[in-house]
Amino acid sequence: MSSLHLSPAEIRGLIISVLLFAAAAAVPLLADGYPLQIAISIVMYTALATSWLLFSGPTNYIALSTAAFFGIGMYMAAGGIDVVPYPLLIVAAGIAGAALAAVVGLATLRVSGVYFVIFSLGLAELVRQIMTWLQHVLGTMSGLYVTVDRSEPMYYWQLLLLTAVIFFVGWRIGRSRLGFALRINTARAKVVLFVISSMFASAAGALVAPRWGYVEPVVAFSPFLSFQVVIMALLGGTHRLWGPLLGVIPFVLVWELIAIYFPSQTTLLLGVCFLLIVYVIPNGLTGLIENVIGKRRKPITAATPAVPIVIDASDPAARPVVTAGNK
Amino acid sequence: MDIVIIGLLLGGTYALMAMGLQLQYGVARIMNLANGEILIAGAFSTFWFYSATKASPLLALFLVAPAAFVVNWAIYRVLIYPLVRRAKSQGKLEVDSILATFGISFIAVGILLAIFGGEYLDYSYLSQPIFIFGERYGLNRVVAFLASVVLCAGLYLWLHKTRAGLALRAVSVNPSASGLVAINVAQTSAFAFALGGAVTAVGGGLLSMFLTFDVSLGVVFTLKALVIVILGGVGDIRGTIIASFILGFAETAVATLIDPGLTLAAAYVLFMIVLLVRPEGLFGRRPA
Repeated sequence: MSSLHLSPAEIRGLIISVLLFAAAAAVPLLADGYPLQIAISIVMYTALATSWLLFSGPTNYIALSTAAFFGIGMYMAAGGIDVVPYPLLIVAAGIAGAALAAVVGLATLRVSGVYFVIFSLGLAELVRQIMTWLQHVLGTMSGLYVTVDRSEPMYYWQLLLLTAVIFFVGWRIGRSRLGFALRINTARAKVVLFVISSMFASAAGALVAPRWGYVEPVVAFSPFLSFQVVIMALLGGTHRLWGPLLGVIPFVLVWELIAIYFPSQTTLLLGVCFLLIVYVIPNGLTGLIENVIGKRRKPITAATPAVPIVIDASDPAARPVVTAGNK
Repeated sequence: MDIVIIGLLLGGTYALMAMGLQLQYGVARIMNLANGEILIAGAFSTFWFYSATKASPLLALFLVAPAAFVVNWAIYRVLIYPLVRRAKSQGKLEVDSILATFGISFIAVGILLAIFGGEYLDYSYLSQPIFIFGERYGLNRVVAFLASVVLCAGLYLWLHKTRAGLALRAVSVNPSASGLVAINVAQTSAFAFALGGAVTAVGGGLLSMFLTFDVSLGVVFTLKALVIVILGGVGDIRGTIIASFILGFAETAVATLIDPGLTLAAAYVLFMIVLLVRPEGLFGRRPA
């Protein structure tokens, strides 16, 4: 039982979050067409990058499996659309993603973090091969149509709701015994987090599938997605729950421009982004911001960062130098 | 019988590419996720050499090896070494080097796409059949296998019989203690990384004699090499060679008996078994 004693700072954080979500929910009333498409992208990537952070933030294990779980969610939606009501399918997609994550997590997370990274790197390709093979054996088409009647604002609100749930879960984890277990870094806590994180990625896949209309293995399991999510989260910073959001917004906007002006150089530029983040901003934008703030009001802030959500457990060296009171 | 021989030929050629990764990960301690792109670059250069000159692809390897050595040495010096120096712990270095080598691999894919385009590339060299126990096999597979075996044996002898090889093995066992016995760890690591890259590129050149390549396959080969290295045990050359044959057999068996599209699944099943049963690999040392 984790008691809900909120500190004033936490209450302030909660109020700000609720206001921000309310403001975000108003976006489709003001924008449509191309700006709304961009907004949908931003919300989708925020959901994916934040759910990525739920696991990879505290553990420091770079999960590259987002595409695998996202694709599974799409396929659940596409495969069951004629049989099961759509809202149930989203739940089913979450469960399917969670089940696969549990198997993968139990096998790999007891050992070294590197092995987990490697395993997750090929997971999308593995699931893609198995899917292609299954469809071949079952004799169905390689692609599937998903038709659900949804307007663009509806997609936006659905994804925004999912994002809100992810943020809430992430905040609760930080306050719970699970968050505490992560400080001692137990294998079981890692598996649980991986399951939660993957469940959300699958649910996002199921939410987006009808918007794409047609699902086929090569598109649904494109490994590019995993890398983009990792880059956005790292760009924002992995020490705060709202870090990925700060990375997603500039990245989606810049990536739109890149896709228009340099369509054939996307891979190359993605590589350059990786190197820039590793060498220039290893703590992400949140790290930069907090460094600046931390320096300016050095004597005042002693401890308790405003929103203490993601506790970096496995590697003390990776924590940002924000607790300026130390020195 | 078919499966055994094709598996043997494939595994022998895999051994060379995995030895390259073994040198980079086992000795230089860098988890190089751009390894597959180095392999593809080796394969493409060999293709390009063969199409331009019509001389034996084996000759191309004499150009590919030194070029890959220089490129990988530069990568280590310019990009990886600053991370090694900056890292406060092995865990932090691992995260950094994984991200940096991702970046390198994407840049490599971008460059290869710009030079060679996105199509599948293959060429036919020595494609006449050779008969072993009454069955036909491609002569190119046999030649690639023999070349790989010769190179692997040479590398093994060099590592075990020379002073330089001894230094490499010492760094592989314990970098900080090697420093105490007058081994220049930074230089040795750079050398191992460069040599590993050269070996992988040559492995790619040999594989290109009988496999079809395109740019996006790099990741798949990185994964194969990683599975081999982990299966055999990090830091153990014998293990790497044996694991290469195991993967060669497993892939061939799955491709022949079930579906050729499932070769990665075969590698993953092996990977799962190792992680569950013996995470340190066949010949690996249990971490203290």
